[in-house]
Amino acid sequence: MNNRTPLYETHVASGARMVPFGGWDMPVQYPNGIIHEVRHTRSDVGIFDVSHMARMEFSGRDAGRFLDTVLSVRASRLEHGQARYHVICNENGGIIDDAIVYDLETDRYLLIVNAGNADTVRVWLSSQMNRFCESDDVDVDRKDITEDIAMIAVQGPSAVAMVDSLTDGEASKIDRFHVGEVSIDGERILASRTGYTGEDGFEIMFDSSHSAEIWRLLVDSGATECGLGARDVLRLEAGLMLHGSDMTVENNPYEAGLRWTVRPNRPEYIAGEALRNIRDAGTPRRIAGLAMLSRGIARHGHTILAEGKEVGVVTSGTFSPMLNQAIAMGYIDIAHADTGNAVQVNVRGRMVDAEVVKLPFYRRED
Amino acid sequence: MYPDDLRYSSEHEWARLEDVGSVEVGITHYAQDTLGDVVFVELPEVGSEVGQFDKFGEIESVKAVSDLYSPVSGTVTEVNDKLEQSPELVNADPYGEGWMMKVALDDPSELESLMDSETYTGTLE
Repeated sequence: MNNRTPLYETHVASGARMVPFGGWDMPVQYPNGIIHEVRHTRSDVGIFDVSHMARMEFSGRDAGRFLDTVLSVRASRLEHGQARYHVICNENGGIIDDAIVYDLETDRYLLIVNAGNADTVRVWLSSQMNRFCESDDVDVDRKDITEDIAMIAVQGPSAVAMVDSLTDGEASKIDRFHVGEVSIDGERILASRTGYTGEDGFEIMFDSSHSAEIWRLLVDSGATECGLGARDVLRLEAGLMLHGSDMTVENNPYEAGLRWTVRPNRPEYIAGEALRNIRDAGTPRRIAGLAMLSRGIARHGHTILAEGKEVGVVTSGTFSPMLNQAIAMGYIDIAHADTGNAVQVNVRGRMVDAEVVKLPFYRRED
Repeated sequence: MYPDDLRYSSEHEWARLEDVGSVEVGITHYAQDTLGDVVFVELPEVGSEVGQFDKFGEIESVKAVSDLYSPVSGTVTEVNDKLEQSPELVNADPYGEGWMMKVALDDPSELESLMDSETYTGTLE
Protein backbone atom coordinates (compact mmCIF):
# COMPACT_ATOMS: atom_id res chain seq x y z
CA MET A 1 0.00 0.00 0.00
CA ASN A 2 1.15 3.51 -0.81
CA ASN A 3 1.96 6.18 1.76
CA ARG A 4 -0.57 8.89 2.41
CA THR A 5 0.27 12.47 3.23
CA PRO A 6 -1.44 14.12 6.23
CA LEU A 7 -3.69 15.88 3.67
CA TYR A 8 -5.01 12.67 2.07
CA GLU A 9 -8.50 12.94 3.62
CA THR A 10 -8.65 16.63 2.72
CA HIS A 11 -7.94 15.86 -0.95
CA VAL A 12 -10.55 13.09 -1.07
CA ALA A 13 -13.13 15.37 0.56
CA SER A 14 -12.39 18.01 -2.10
CA GLY A 15 -13.15 15.50 -4.85
CA ALA A 16 -9.55 15.03 -6.00
CA ARG A 17 -8.66 12.10 -8.23
CA MET A 18 -5.92 10.20 -6.38
CA VAL A 19 -3.10 8.41 -8.21
CA PRO A 20 0.02 6.55 -7.10
CA PHE A 21 3.17 8.67 -7.43
CA GLY A 22 6.62 7.87 -6.08
CA GLY A 23 5.17 5.48 -3.51
CA TRP A 24 2.45 7.92 -2.39
CA ASP A 25 -1.25 8.34 -3.13
CA MET A 26 -1.42 11.89 -4.45
CA PRO A 27 -4.08 14.14 -6.01
CA VAL A 28 -3.56 14.41 -9.78
CA GLN A 29 -6.40 16.91 -10.21
CA TYR A 30 -9.47 18.37 -8.50
CA PRO A 31 -12.91 18.53 -10.13
CA ASN A 32 -12.27 21.75 -12.11
CA GLY A 33 -9.42 20.16 -14.00
CA ILE A 34 -5.77 20.75 -14.79
CA ILE A 35 -6.19 23.74 -17.11
CA HIS A 36 -8.29 25.58 -14.53
CA GLU A 37 -5.66 24.87 -11.88
CA VAL A 38 -2.82 26.05 -14.14
CA ARG A 39 -4.63 29.28 -15.07
CA HIS A 40 -5.42 30.11 -11.45
CA THR A 41 -1.82 29.53 -10.39
CA ARG A 42 -0.64 31.84 -13.19
CA SER A 43 -3.20 34.55 -12.45
CA ASP A 44 -3.74 34.31 -8.68
CA VAL A 45 -2.75 31.54 -6.21
CA GLY A 46 -2.55 27.75 -6.43
CA ILE A 47 -1.76 25.44 -3.53
CA PHE A 48 -0.09 22.04 -3.83
CA ASP A 49 0.42 19.28 -1.29
CA VAL A 50 4.14 18.51 -1.54
CA SER A 51 4.35 16.58 1.73
CA HIS A 52 5.44 13.51 -0.23
CA MET A 53 8.83 15.03 -0.95
CA ALA A 54 11.49 13.58 1.34
CA ARG A 55 12.91 15.88 3.98
CA MET A 56 16.04 15.11 5.97
CA GLU A 57 17.94 17.12 8.51
CA PHE A 58 21.70 17.04 8.92
CA SER A 59 23.16 18.34 12.14
CA GLY A 60 26.44 18.34 14.01
CA ARG A 61 29.75 20.14 13.86
CA ASP A 62 30.73 18.47 10.56
CA ALA A 63 27.31 18.44 8.85
CA GLY A 64 28.20 21.23 6.42
CA ARG A 65 31.57 19.69 5.64
CA PHE A 66 29.89 16.35 4.90
CA LEU A 67 27.28 17.90 2.59
CA ASP A 68 30.08 19.65 0.69
CA THR A 69 31.40 16.22 -0.31
CA VAL A 70 28.10 14.97 -1.80
CA LEU A 71 26.22 18.03 -3.08
CA SER A 72 27.15 19.95 -6.25
CA VAL A 73 27.33 23.18 -4.24
CA ARG A 74 29.20 24.13 -1.10
CA ALA A 75 26.57 23.89 1.64
CA SER A 76 28.98 25.07 4.33
CA ARG A 77 29.27 28.44 2.60
CA LEU A 78 25.53 29.19 2.70
CA GLU A 79 24.30 31.91 5.00
CA HIS A 80 21.74 31.08 7.66
CA GLY A 81 18.33 31.12 6.01
CA GLN A 82 19.71 30.58 2.52
CA ALA A 83 18.41 27.85 0.18
CA ARG A 84 20.21 26.47 -2.87
CA TYR A 85 19.02 24.28 -5.74
CA HIS A 86 21.61 21.69 -6.77
CA VAL A 87 22.12 18.11 -7.92
CA ILE A 88 23.34 15.01 -6.09
CA CYS A 89 25.75 13.13 -8.37
CA ASN A 90 27.51 9.79 -8.11
CA GLU A 91 31.30 9.49 -8.58
CA ASN A 92 30.76 9.38 -12.36
CA GLY A 93 28.85 12.64 -12.43
CA GLY A 94 25.50 10.90 -13.03
CA ILE A 95 22.53 12.69 -11.48
CA ILE A 96 21.00 10.67 -8.63
CA ASP A 97 18.54 13.46 -7.87
CA ASP A 98 18.04 17.20 -7.85
CA ALA A 99 17.38 18.80 -4.48
CA ILE A 100 17.28 21.92 -2.37
CA VAL A 101 19.57 22.38 0.61
CA TYR A 102 18.76 24.89 3.34
CA ASP A 103 21.08 26.35 5.96
CA LEU A 104 18.65 26.53 8.88
CA GLU A 105 21.09 27.61 11.60
CA THR A 106 24.63 26.88 12.74
CA ASP A 107 25.39 23.21 12.03
CA ARG A 108 21.82 22.40 11.00
CA TYR A 109 20.81 21.81 7.36
CA LEU A 110 17.63 20.65 5.66
CA LEU A 111 17.74 18.65 2.43
CA ILE A 112 14.59 18.13 0.33
CA VAL A 113 14.65 15.50 -2.42
CA ASN A 114 12.09 13.93 -4.79
CA ALA A 115 9.67 11.39 -3.35
CA GLY A 116 10.38 8.82 -6.06
CA ASN A 117 14.13 8.98 -5.42
CA ALA A 118 13.98 9.16 -1.64
CA ASP A 119 15.11 5.58 -1.02
CA THR A 120 17.94 5.75 -3.57
CA VAL A 121 19.16 9.03 -2.09
CA ARG A 122 18.94 7.67 1.48
CA VAL A 123 21.03 4.63 0.57
CA TRP A 124 23.56 6.74 -1.32
CA LEU A 125 23.93 9.31 1.45
CA SER A 126 24.22 6.56 4.10
CA SER A 127 27.10 4.91 2.26
CA GLN A 128 28.82 8.26 1.76
CA MET A 129 28.26 9.17 5.39
CA ASN A 130 29.78 5.89 6.53
CA ARG A 131 32.83 6.64 4.42
CA PHE A 132 33.03 10.19 5.69
CA CYS A 133 32.78 9.05 9.30
CA GLU A 134 35.55 6.47 8.94
CA SER A 135 38.17 9.15 9.17
CA ASP A 136 38.89 10.89 12.49
CA ASP A 137 36.33 11.93 15.05
CA VAL A 138 33.51 13.42 12.99
CA ASP A 139 30.14 14.66 14.15
CA VAL A 140 27.27 14.38 11.63
CA ASP A 141 23.78 13.19 12.35
CA ARG A 142 20.97 12.57 9.87
CA LYS A 143 17.30 12.49 10.75
CA ASP A 144 14.43 11.81 8.37
CA ILE A 145 11.57 14.21 9.13
CA THR A 146 9.36 13.48 6.07
CA GLU A 147 6.48 12.03 8.09
CA ASP A 148 6.62 14.58 10.95
CA ILE A 149 6.43 17.61 8.71
CA ALA A 150 3.80 18.51 6.12
CA MET A 151 4.62 20.81 3.23
CA ILE A 152 2.36 22.97 1.07
CA ALA A 153 3.50 24.99 -1.94
CA VAL A 154 1.63 28.31 -2.26
CA GLN A 155 2.37 29.66 -5.73
CA GLY A 156 1.24 32.47 -7.99
CA PRO A 157 1.38 36.24 -8.45
CA SER A 158 -0.75 36.79 -5.32
CA ALA A 159 0.88 34.04 -3.24
CA VAL A 160 3.31 36.25 -1.34
CA ALA A 161 0.56 38.71 -0.42
CA MET A 162 -1.68 35.85 0.72
CA VAL A 163 0.94 34.22 2.95
CA ASP A 164 1.96 37.67 4.15
CA SER A 165 -1.54 38.49 5.33
CA LEU A 166 -1.79 35.13 7.13
CA THR A 167 1.54 35.76 8.90
CA ASP A 168 1.08 39.42 9.90
CA GLY A 169 3.54 40.65 7.34
CA GLU A 170 6.35 38.31 8.35
CA ALA A 171 6.53 36.28 5.15
CA SER A 172 7.34 39.05 2.65
CA LYS A 173 10.54 39.81 4.59
CA ILE A 174 11.91 36.49 3.33
CA ASP A 175 13.87 36.88 0.08
CA ARG A 176 13.82 34.54 -2.94
CA PHE A 177 15.66 31.29 -2.17
CA HIS A 178 15.63 31.99 1.55
CA VAL A 179 13.76 30.40 4.41
CA GLY A 180 12.51 31.82 7.68
CA GLU A 181 10.27 31.09 10.63
CA VAL A 182 6.85 32.77 10.65
CA SER A 183 3.59 32.34 12.58
CA ILE A 184 0.41 31.17 10.92
CA ASP A 185 -2.75 30.52 12.90
CA GLY A 186 -0.70 30.65 16.12
CA GLU A 187 1.76 27.99 14.89
CA ARG A 188 5.44 28.57 14.18
CA ILE A 189 6.17 27.30 10.67
CA LEU A 190 9.02 27.42 8.15
CA ALA A 191 8.41 29.45 5.01
CA SER A 192 10.74 28.91 2.08
CA ARG A 193 10.53 31.37 -0.82
CA THR A 194 10.91 28.63 -3.43
CA GLY A 195 8.71 26.64 -5.77
CA TYR A 196 8.35 24.51 -8.88
CA THR A 197 5.94 26.56 -10.97
CA GLY A 198 7.92 29.55 -12.26
CA GLU A 199 5.81 31.79 -10.04
CA ASP A 200 6.76 33.63 -6.87
CA GLY A 201 5.52 32.08 -3.66
CA PHE A 202 6.39 29.90 -0.72
CA GLU A 203 6.75 26.30 0.26
CA ILE A 204 5.63 26.19 3.87
CA MET A 205 6.56 23.41 6.31
CA PHE A 206 4.95 22.70 9.65
CA ASP A 207 4.01 19.99 12.10
CA SER A 208 1.83 17.57 10.14
CA SER A 209 -0.96 17.70 12.75
CA HIS A 210 -1.91 21.19 11.49
CA SER A 211 -2.18 20.21 7.82
CA ALA A 212 -5.95 20.26 7.34
CA GLU A 213 -6.44 23.60 9.12
CA ILE A 214 -3.68 25.37 7.21
CA TRP A 215 -4.90 23.96 3.87
CA ARG A 216 -8.42 25.17 4.72
CA LEU A 217 -7.10 28.60 5.72
CA LEU A 218 -5.42 28.97 2.33
CA VAL A 219 -8.52 27.79 0.43
CA ASP A 220 -10.68 30.22 2.44
CA SER A 221 -8.21 32.99 1.50
CA GLY A 222 -8.96 32.26 -2.18
CA ALA A 223 -6.26 29.74 -3.17
CA THR A 224 -7.11 27.12 -5.82
CA GLU A 225 -6.37 23.49 -4.92
CA CYS A 226 -3.98 22.00 -7.47
CA GLY A 227 -2.75 18.48 -8.14
CA LEU A 228 0.25 16.82 -9.72
CA GLY A 229 -1.19 17.29 -13.22
CA ALA A 230 -1.11 21.10 -12.94
CA ARG A 231 2.25 20.95 -11.17
CA ASP A 232 3.73 19.08 -14.12
CA VAL A 233 2.35 21.55 -16.69
CA LEU A 234 3.51 24.55 -14.64
CA ARG A 235 7.05 23.25 -14.13
CA LEU A 236 7.38 22.35 -17.80
CA GLU A 237 6.16 25.79 -18.92
CA ALA A 238 8.77 27.23 -16.54
CA GLY A 239 11.46 24.98 -18.10
CA LEU A 240 12.12 23.17 -14.82
CA MET A 241 13.47 19.64 -14.97
CA LEU A 242 11.77 16.57 -13.54
CA HIS A 243 14.18 13.90 -12.33
CA GLY A 244 13.11 10.51 -13.65
CA SER A 245 11.82 12.08 -16.88
CA ASP A 246 14.19 14.82 -18.02
CA MET A 247 17.25 13.43 -16.28
CA THR A 248 18.29 10.18 -14.69
CA VAL A 249 21.51 8.76 -13.29
CA GLU A 250 22.51 8.27 -16.97
CA ASN A 251 22.65 12.05 -17.46
CA ASN A 252 25.16 14.59 -16.24
CA PRO A 253 24.33 18.15 -15.16
CA TYR A 254 26.10 19.71 -18.16
CA GLU A 255 23.91 18.08 -20.80
CA ALA A 256 20.88 18.59 -18.54
CA GLY A 257 21.34 22.37 -18.64
CA LEU A 258 22.29 22.47 -14.95
CA ARG A 259 25.86 23.74 -15.29
CA TRP A 260 24.88 26.68 -13.11
CA THR A 261 24.21 24.35 -10.15
CA VAL A 262 27.64 22.69 -10.21
CA ARG A 263 30.84 23.75 -8.40
CA PRO A 264 33.23 20.99 -9.53
CA ASN A 265 36.57 22.66 -8.63
CA ARG A 266 36.52 21.51 -5.03
CA PRO A 267 38.92 18.86 -3.74
CA GLU A 268 36.41 17.52 -1.21
CA TYR A 269 33.65 16.92 -3.80
CA ILE A 270 33.36 13.22 -4.71
CA ALA A 271 32.01 13.94 -8.23
CA GLY A 272 34.40 16.82 -8.85
CA GLU A 273 36.91 15.05 -11.05
CA ALA A 274 34.29 13.27 -13.18
CA LEU A 275 32.36 16.50 -13.66
CA ARG A 276 35.48 18.45 -14.63
CA ASN A 277 36.25 15.83 -17.25
CA ILE A 278 32.71 15.98 -18.65
CA ARG A 279 32.82 19.77 -18.66
CA ASP A 280 36.19 19.91 -20.43
CA ALA A 281 35.26 17.29 -23.04
CA GLY A 282 31.93 18.94 -23.84
CA THR A 283 28.71 16.96 -24.13
CA PRO A 284 27.49 15.57 -27.48
CA ARG A 285 23.87 16.41 -26.68
CA ARG A 286 21.96 18.81 -24.52
CA ILE A 287 18.48 19.42 -23.24
CA ALA A 288 16.44 21.86 -25.30
CA GLY A 289 12.89 23.17 -25.50
CA LEU A 290 10.57 22.28 -28.38
CA ALA A 291 7.55 24.25 -29.51
CA MET A 292 5.20 22.01 -31.50
CA LEU A 293 4.05 23.71 -34.69
CA SER A 294 0.99 21.60 -35.39
CA ARG A 295 -1.43 19.31 -33.59
CA GLY A 296 -0.13 16.57 -31.33
CA ILE A 297 1.69 16.44 -28.04
CA ALA A 298 5.21 15.02 -27.94
CA ARG A 299 5.55 12.69 -24.95
CA HIS A 300 8.38 11.06 -23.02
CA GLY A 301 10.30 8.65 -25.28
CA HIS A 302 9.19 10.05 -28.65
CA THR A 303 12.01 10.36 -31.21
CA ILE A 304 13.25 13.74 -32.46
CA LEU A 305 14.35 13.85 -36.11
CA ALA A 306 16.10 16.30 -38.42
CA GLU A 307 16.17 15.70 -42.17
CA GLY A 308 14.79 12.23 -41.53
CA LYS A 309 17.63 11.27 -39.17
CA GLU A 310 17.22 10.55 -35.48
CA VAL A 311 18.82 13.39 -33.51
CA GLY A 312 17.25 13.16 -30.07
CA VAL A 313 14.55 12.01 -27.73
CA VAL A 314 11.69 13.77 -25.94
CA THR A 315 11.83 13.62 -22.14
CA SER A 316 8.67 15.59 -21.23
CA GLY A 317 5.80 17.06 -23.16
CA THR A 318 2.43 18.59 -22.50
CA PHE A 319 -0.08 21.16 -23.67
CA SER A 320 0.69 24.65 -22.42
CA PRO A 321 -2.49 26.55 -21.53
CA MET A 322 -0.47 29.79 -21.31
CA LEU A 323 0.94 29.47 -24.84
CA ASN A 324 -2.09 27.56 -26.17
CA GLN A 325 0.41 25.21 -27.82
CA ALA A 326 2.03 21.86 -27.19
CA ILE A 327 5.53 22.11 -25.70
CA ALA A 328 8.24 19.59 -24.91
CA MET A 329 11.78 19.13 -23.66
CA GLY A 330 14.31 16.60 -24.83
CA TYR A 331 17.92 15.78 -25.48
CA ILE A 332 19.13 16.81 -28.93
CA ASP A 333 22.53 16.29 -30.62
CA ILE A 334 24.51 19.51 -30.25
CA ALA A 335 24.59 20.04 -34.04
CA HIS A 336 20.79 20.31 -34.08
CA ALA A 337 20.16 21.93 -30.71
CA ASP A 338 20.47 25.60 -31.66
CA THR A 339 17.50 27.82 -30.99
CA GLY A 340 15.38 28.25 -34.11
CA ASN A 341 16.32 24.90 -35.66
CA ALA A 342 13.54 22.98 -37.37
CA VAL A 343 13.03 19.39 -36.23
CA GLN A 344 10.26 16.82 -36.27
CA VAL A 345 8.88 14.62 -33.53
CA ASN A 346 7.57 11.14 -34.24
CA VAL A 347 4.25 11.30 -32.36
CA ARG A 348 2.97 7.71 -32.57
CA GLY A 349 3.96 7.37 -36.21
CA ARG A 350 2.96 10.87 -37.28
CA MET A 351 5.73 13.41 -37.97
CA VAL A 352 4.92 16.68 -36.23
CA ASP A 353 6.99 19.78 -37.03
CA ALA A 354 8.64 21.49 -34.09
CA GLU A 355 11.08 24.30 -33.47
CA VAL A 356 13.93 24.33 -30.97
CA VAL A 357 13.23 27.18 -28.56
CA LYS A 358 14.90 28.72 -25.53
CA LEU A 359 13.84 27.57 -22.08
CA PRO A 360 11.78 28.57 -20.19
CA PHE A 361 8.65 28.57 -22.33
CA TYR A 362 6.99 30.89 -19.87
CA ARG A 363 8.52 33.57 -17.66
CA ARG A 364 6.50 35.54 -15.15
CA GLU A 365 6.45 39.32 -15.32
CA ASP A 366 8.06 40.89 -12.26
CA MET B 1 -24.89 11.45 -17.08
CA TYR B 2 -25.88 8.65 -19.52
CA PRO B 3 -28.96 9.62 -21.57
CA ASP B 4 -31.52 6.90 -22.30
CA ASP B 5 -31.75 7.68 -26.03
CA LEU B 6 -28.11 6.69 -26.72
CA ARG B 7 -26.38 3.37 -27.34
CA TYR B 8 -23.00 2.80 -25.69
CA SER B 9 -19.84 0.83 -26.50
CA SER B 10 -17.46 -0.76 -24.03
CA GLU B 11 -14.82 1.66 -25.35
CA HIS B 12 -16.92 4.53 -23.92
CA GLU B 13 -18.29 5.93 -27.16
CA TRP B 14 -21.96 6.65 -27.73
CA ALA B 15 -24.18 6.57 -30.83
CA ARG B 16 -27.42 8.48 -31.26
CA LEU B 17 -29.81 7.43 -34.01
CA GLU B 18 -30.60 10.68 -35.83
CA ASP B 19 -32.82 9.36 -38.58
CA VAL B 20 -33.12 5.94 -40.06
CA GLY B 21 -29.68 4.94 -41.21
CA SER B 22 -27.58 7.71 -39.63
CA VAL B 23 -26.02 8.16 -36.20
CA GLU B 24 -24.14 10.86 -34.35
CA VAL B 25 -21.08 9.64 -32.40
CA GLY B 26 -19.19 10.98 -29.40
CA ILE B 27 -17.51 9.90 -26.17
CA THR B 28 -19.27 9.38 -22.85
CA HIS B 29 -19.20 11.47 -19.72
CA TYR B 30 -17.06 8.77 -18.11
CA ALA B 31 -14.50 8.93 -20.95
CA GLN B 32 -14.17 12.73 -20.90
CA ASP B 33 -13.96 12.76 -17.10
CA THR B 34 -11.24 10.11 -17.09
CA LEU B 35 -9.24 11.88 -19.79
CA GLY B 36 -9.44 15.28 -18.15
CA ASP B 37 -9.01 18.51 -20.11
CA VAL B 38 -9.16 17.64 -23.82
CA VAL B 39 -6.72 19.68 -25.93
CA PHE B 40 -6.74 17.95 -29.34
CA VAL B 41 -9.26 15.82 -31.20
CA GLU B 42 -8.25 14.21 -34.47
CA LEU B 43 -11.25 13.23 -36.59
CA PRO B 44 -11.53 11.34 -39.88
CA GLU B 45 -12.13 12.89 -43.29
CA VAL B 46 -15.71 13.27 -44.43
CA GLY B 47 -16.39 10.45 -46.89
CA SER B 48 -14.03 7.97 -45.24
CA GLU B 49 -15.17 4.53 -44.15
CA VAL B 50 -15.12 3.41 -40.53
CA GLY B 51 -15.57 -0.10 -39.18
CA GLN B 52 -17.39 -1.07 -36.02
CA PHE B 53 -14.98 -0.98 -33.05
CA ASP B 54 -12.17 0.21 -35.35
CA LYS B 55 -10.10 3.29 -34.64
CA PHE B 56 -11.53 6.46 -36.21
CA GLY B 57 -9.41 9.12 -34.52
CA GLU B 58 -7.42 10.21 -31.53
CA ILE B 59 -8.19 12.30 -28.51
CA GLU B 60 -5.50 13.93 -26.44
CA SER B 61 -5.83 15.50 -23.03
CA VAL B 62 -3.22 17.31 -20.99
CA LYS B 63 -2.46 13.99 -19.32
CA ALA B 64 -2.69 11.34 -22.02
CA VAL B 65 -3.66 10.31 -25.53
CA SER B 66 -6.32 7.73 -26.44
CA ASP B 67 -7.67 6.19 -29.60
CA LEU B 68 -11.29 6.73 -30.57
CA TYR B 69 -13.22 3.64 -31.67
CA SER B 70 -16.29 3.85 -33.83
CA PRO B 71 -19.36 2.17 -32.31
CA VAL B 72 -20.73 1.47 -35.82
CA SER B 73 -19.61 0.77 -39.39
CA GLY B 74 -20.38 3.16 -42.19
CA THR B 75 -19.41 6.30 -44.09
CA VAL B 76 -18.50 9.51 -42.31
CA THR B 77 -20.93 12.18 -43.52
CA GLU B 78 -19.98 15.03 -41.23
CA VAL B 79 -17.39 15.81 -38.52
CA ASN B 80 -17.59 18.41 -35.77
CA ASP B 81 -15.17 21.07 -37.04
CA LYS B 82 -15.75 23.14 -33.92
CA LEU B 83 -13.58 20.72 -31.96
CA GLU B 84 -10.52 21.94 -33.84
CA GLN B 85 -10.73 25.35 -32.18
CA SER B 86 -12.65 24.31 -29.07
CA PRO B 87 -11.73 20.77 -28.02
CA GLU B 88 -12.92 21.61 -24.50
CA LEU B 89 -16.51 21.18 -25.79
CA VAL B 90 -15.94 17.43 -25.36
CA ASN B 91 -15.56 18.00 -21.61
CA ALA B 92 -18.26 20.62 -21.29
CA ASP B 93 -21.00 18.92 -23.33
CA PRO B 94 -20.04 15.37 -24.38
CA TYR B 95 -23.53 14.48 -25.70
CA GLY B 96 -24.27 17.85 -27.32
CA GLU B 97 -21.75 20.33 -28.67
CA GLY B 98 -18.94 17.86 -28.06
CA TRP B 99 -20.20 15.36 -30.67
CA MET B 100 -17.53 14.06 -33.04
CA MET B 101 -18.89 12.64 -36.26
CA LYS B 102 -22.00 11.53 -38.12
CA VAL B 103 -21.99 8.15 -39.80
CA ALA B 104 -24.30 6.72 -42.46
CA LEU B 105 -24.84 3.19 -41.20
CA ASP B 106 -23.82 0.17 -43.22
CA ASP B 107 -25.89 -2.07 -41.01
CA PRO B 108 -28.46 -0.56 -38.61
CA SER B 109 -28.63 -3.85 -36.70
CA GLU B 110 -25.15 -3.09 -35.31
CA LEU B 111 -26.86 -0.75 -32.87
CA GLU B 112 -28.31 -3.83 -31.21
CA SER B 113 -24.78 -4.96 -30.28
CA LEU B 114 -24.28 -1.77 -28.28
CA MET B 115 -25.42 -1.28 -24.68
CA ASP B 116 -28.35 0.70 -23.38
CA SER B 117 -27.81 3.33 -20.69
CA GLU B 118 -28.53 1.02 -17.78
CA THR B 119 -26.20 -1.75 -18.98
CA TYR B 120 -23.42 0.71 -19.76
CA THR B 121 -23.74 2.40 -16.36
CA GLY B 122 -23.49 -1.06 -14.81
CA THR B 123 -20.11 -1.63 -16.46
CA LEU B 124 -18.72 1.50 -14.81
CA GLU B 125 -19.28 0.28 -11.25
